Amino acid sequence: MTPREGLIASTWRQLRRDPLGLAGLTIVVVVGVVTLLAPWIAPHDPLEIDVYNRLMPPSAEYWLGTDQLGRDIFSRVLFGGQVALKVSLVAIGVSMAIGLALGMLAGFGPRWLDRLLVVAFDTMRSFPTIMFALAIVALLGPSLNTVILVIIIASIPIYGRVVRTQTLALREKDFIKAERALGASTFRILVFHVMPNIAAPLLILASMDVPVVVGMEAGLSFLGLGVEPPTPSWGSILNDGYSYIRNSPWPIVAGGIPLIVVTLGFTFFGESLRDIFDPKLRSKQ
Amino acid sequence: MLGFIARRTGLSLLIVVLAVSLLFGMIHMIPGDPASVLLGPRATPELRAELNERMGLDQPIVVQLGRFLGNAARGDLGEDVFSNRPVADIVLEQLPFTLMLVFAAIGAATLIGVPLGCFSAIRRNSLLDRIAGILSVGFIAVPSFVVALYALLLLSVELRWFPAIGAGETGDWASMAHHLVLPALALGLGWVGYIARLVRASMLEVMGENHIRTARAFGLPERVVIGRYALRIAILPTVTILGLGIGTMLSGALFAEIVFSRPGVGKLLYEAVMTRNYPVVMGTVLVTTVFFVAATLVSDIVNALLDPRLRTQGDRR
Repeated sequence: MTPREGLIASTWRQLRRDPLGLAGLTIVVVVGVVTLLAPWIAPHDPLEIDVYNRLMPPSAEYWLGTDQLGRDIFSRVLFGGQVALKVSLVAIGVSMAIGLALGMLAGFGPRWLDRLLVVAFDTMRSFPTIMFALAIVALLGPSLNTVILVIIIASIPIYGRVVRTQTLALREKDFIKAERALGASTFRILVFHVMPNIAAPLLILASMDVPVVVGMEAGLSFLGLGVEPPTPSWGSILNDGYSYIRNSPWPIVAGGIPLIVVTLGFTFFGESLRDIFDPKLRSKQ
Repeated sequence: MLGFIARRTGLSLLIVVLAVSLLFGMIHMIPGDPASVLLGPRATPELRAELNERMGLDQPIVVQLGRFLGNAARGDLGEDVFSNRPVADIVLEQLPFTLMLVFAAIGAATLIGVPLGCFSAIRRNSLLDRIAGILSVGFIAVPSFVVALYALLLLSVELRWFPAIGAGETGDWASMAHHLVLPALALGLGWVGYIARLVRASMLEVMGENHIRTARAFGLPERVVIGRYALRIAILPTVTILGLGIGTMLSGALFAEIVFSRPGVGKLLYEAVMTRNYPVVMGTVLVTTVFFVAATLVSDIVNALLDPRLRTQGDRR
């Protein structure tokens, strides 16, 4: 008998064989490191205005050119990554935690509670996301916190539904029944037996959710409903570029590329993880 | 089956009512009453009281909600606070533009996605299949407003192949179609990937079935086997998913409308949000939510018609 391989080691072994997944992971790591190091890497202050060099094309001094106020676009892109990182970490973390709790409650609790929560999830999902986001922003005023709140409310049902389905399936498994027969409390069963078993699908869902969240933040900031100026965000860079689209193409080109790269990176990585943890899906493709 | 449809329709209605109540409640929880926002800081108390009375804002919130829902059921969504025109008229005026965009996008996505998925399934694991697979994921993942901005920058501003602004002259079909190309493409691109993957997966499944082998054994040409026997079945899941697509695309349409300065429900909502025109915000969100829920309902019912196993799924426990 070979010694048992740890979960991380076996995941890594399989991931190494999937070039797309590996490329995705590389992108995720590189973007993460560059974003965290933005204050040290950025050649300029992202807010520094240079009125003599407005809407310049890329040059040795300004790698991606300058925007309508002469601010360095490359530095703004780097700092914009910090906004995206903050929003996705906070929004996904909070909505995953709440979705986990509500989903387990629905899956393991009494039937009336399950019905109630499912209707609540469906209600939340019945708004087209952006319409809902706009309505909330109209009420609370544009700010980064509003964006995070909107994303949390919109994401809870997605996590909640997945957790509920998984919990329902686990509930009938023998080891859970045995645990119950041994007299374990519901809380103990949920935390020590259900949670570890739904962690993998939940984390895969989260990694596929990052592009959605980043895209939503950028989208709202593009509409002028996200970060407040002059804070750089990939969306607000695109918004500046949109206003001056006939003067210089560079802000739009520069603001869109990180969004595309990050989206592709997380999607490929997430798909690869899903294939590893759910081989049934892989054989179908 | 009738029971299933009735249950689903009832649930959808409940969801719409709940969603609207939720939004209504939130609008009324915010600090600062609409009257002072609308009339500005110099309004006299009498003016404010008059406006509150005209808009029914002096009533308890439950009464207001009941009245709003009752009026909405009769097609009355209140009045625009600036122009005093009925909100229902304003929304209905903009709706055709958005629907045209959404259907054009779905049409384009189907026309590109189905052959792509079909081809990938037939030439499974070929280089083209791999490339199509990667492109599909890429198309799905990239935010549609980034696609819209790049298309605008490259094809309208730089190359000047397509107009950048508006929906074209009403009645002039050529000009309207010309204005529709880029927004529809930006909106539909993600669905190209989605449909291609779906068609590919179900084609692979169908191709392994007995009736396909029988058709081949009869010596029918491969073209007929695939076109008339395999694709016909393999396309069913796509048809049902399109119902959901129409609903989801309403969100994406907002960006396409703003980027290309097209009239439409999304642009209407955006402008109403910017001017804090609450009746219009409520009306637009209500109409799009009803659309979204209805699209989901229809595709659920079609799904259940095709696959009887789904009909009882709600009562699994």
